[in-house]
Amino acid sequence: MMEKLIFGRYIPGHSFIHQLDPRAKLTSAIWFIVIIFLANNWLTYLVLALFVLTAIKLSAINPKFFINGVKPLIWLILFTVILQILFTSGQTIWFRFGPIVISEEGILNGVFIFMRFVLIIFMSTILTLTTMPLSLTDAIEYLLRPLAAVKVPVHEIALMLSIALRFVPTLMDETEKIMNAQRARGIDFGEGNIYQQMKSIVPLLIPLFVSSFNRAEELATAMEARGYKGGEGRTKYRKLSWESRDTLVIAAFGLLSVSLFFLRT
Amino acid sequence: MDIRFEEVGYTYQKGTPFQSKALHDINLSIMDGSFTALVGHTGSGKSTVLQHLNALKKPTSGQVTIGDRVITHFSEDKGLKSLRKKVGIVFQFPEAQLFEETVAKDIAFGPKNFGVSEEDALNKAKELLPLVGLDETFMERSPFDLSGGQMRRVAIAGVLALEPEVLVLDEPTAGLDPQGRKEIMDMFYGLYKNQGLTIVLVTHQMDDVATYADHMIVLEQGTVMKEGHPRDLFKEAGWLASMQLGVPSTVRFAHELEEKFQWTFDPLPLTTDELAVQMKEKLARKAGERV
Repeated sequence: MMEKLIFGRYIPGHSFIHQLDPRAKLTSAIWFIVIIFLANNWLTYLVLALFVLTAIKLSAINPKFFINGVKPLIWLILFTVILQILFTSGQTIWFRFGPIVISEEGILNGVFIFMRFVLIIFMSTILTLTTMPLSLTDAIEYLLRPLAAVKVPVHEIALMLSIALRFVPTLMDETEKIMNAQRARGIDFGEGNIYQQMKSIVPLLIPLFVSSFNRAEELATAMEARGYKGGEGRTKYRKLSWESRDTLVIAAFGLLSVSLFFLRT
Repeated sequence: MDIRFEEVGYTYQKGTPFQSKALHDINLSIMDGSFTALVGHTGSGKSTVLQHLNALKKPTSGQVTIGDRVITHFSEDKGLKSLRKKVGIVFQFPEAQLFEETVAKDIAFGPKNFGVSEEDALNKAKELLPLVGLDETFMERSPFDLSGGQMRRVAIAGVLALEPEVLVLDEPTAGLDPQGRKEIMDMFYGLYKNQGLTIVLVTHQMDDVATYADHMIVLEQGTVMKEGHPRDLFKEAGWLASMQLGVPSTVRFAHELEEKFQWTFDPLPLTTDELAVQMKEKLARKAGERV
């Protein structure tokens, strides 16, 4: 089960995208989600799709991973698409059956929504597959830094994020261990009716909570014991460095935004 | 009930960039009524082997025969539950599996999953507490109020409550004090001797292997390096050291005596008692020569 989880998993590599500064990748990915709403015709979507495909190609990661990233969300996407098709009013009616009216505009809107979903997922998958979670938190810390002026505890937020990310694999291991132990005691996870399945979660969740709290306390003690104090004056082990390729990527996104702006109708 | 591995291979996360082979076509058998020790240093594949013993994992190649059930990569997940009752596993740090409100309920959890009535299961719990060195007053206490050692004992009782035919122990005494270690190991040995339980012990404690086991399997990088009686395997101290494994303290002591005084021990003493008997003989003979 755990092995199929694709979200938030980093795949090591040395591609162009891997080597980019996490700040460049994070801002571009967020910017992409903004500008995708500029697209409103075939041409703009085509440009966006080509852009994303090029990025996938540059990341040198097996396209299968991107398809897998879409899979968990496929029902949500299809549901939205169907709603769009059914409830978009239009002039050119293709099909009418009682209250169900399907127009050309509806279909078109459905396809566009589908494209939008898939492209956003692909883009964010590129980000998470090629960036180490810790680099991402570094980037977040950097980008949030202006907020420190208004007394937002930026360093603490980033620390919490990186601790949380750091313990995701640990928790997964722990989950698997406890699942095994309870399966050995006769629990079938994922079998039986809903009530039985909900009941089988309890012997998994309680030990998981207990061990997480213990772990958190131990970690806090360990940090305290070493006199950890973050924020002001603390140097960093991993330094972010902005290279010309990062500027290039930002420029590419700028170009993409401008062309979308002109190509949209 | 015998458990046999035939050409068993296991690959983690097959078909992804993270795939790693943990077992390489291994063959081994665990005979009914035996006390088998599974040794090997960290990362040798012990835990993976362990999870095949009651079909928590299915081999990616080859087959595992558990009693009369054959498990291959293509075996269905359904109907494996009956196997889990026959082969009980005490995982490493089993106290992590406790979750119920009271000790009694936690011990009764396993049997209840296999269809034993609440009342019978609770009686079983009451029966088992003294066996693991706790008394009845623990029945209604919360498992989370106990000490680490007591939690360990409750968790072990929770697995024993399944009344398995084969009991698999993954470093059951790690982190316990010496007295508690001996008590727990003696309890398992009692089950093996008196109730004919088949026991598989995964451990780094060579002293435990020497004292209790009658069969020993050495794993290294996912392959079985050697299999046999501990007495035969411990003769090769150098080879074991090359596997990053040691020998029991008695054997080490015997080897040192052999070097220093040119004594020979036959058979190789595995327990302190065996060593003492042989040393007494030799010393008596020496004293005789001198007179």
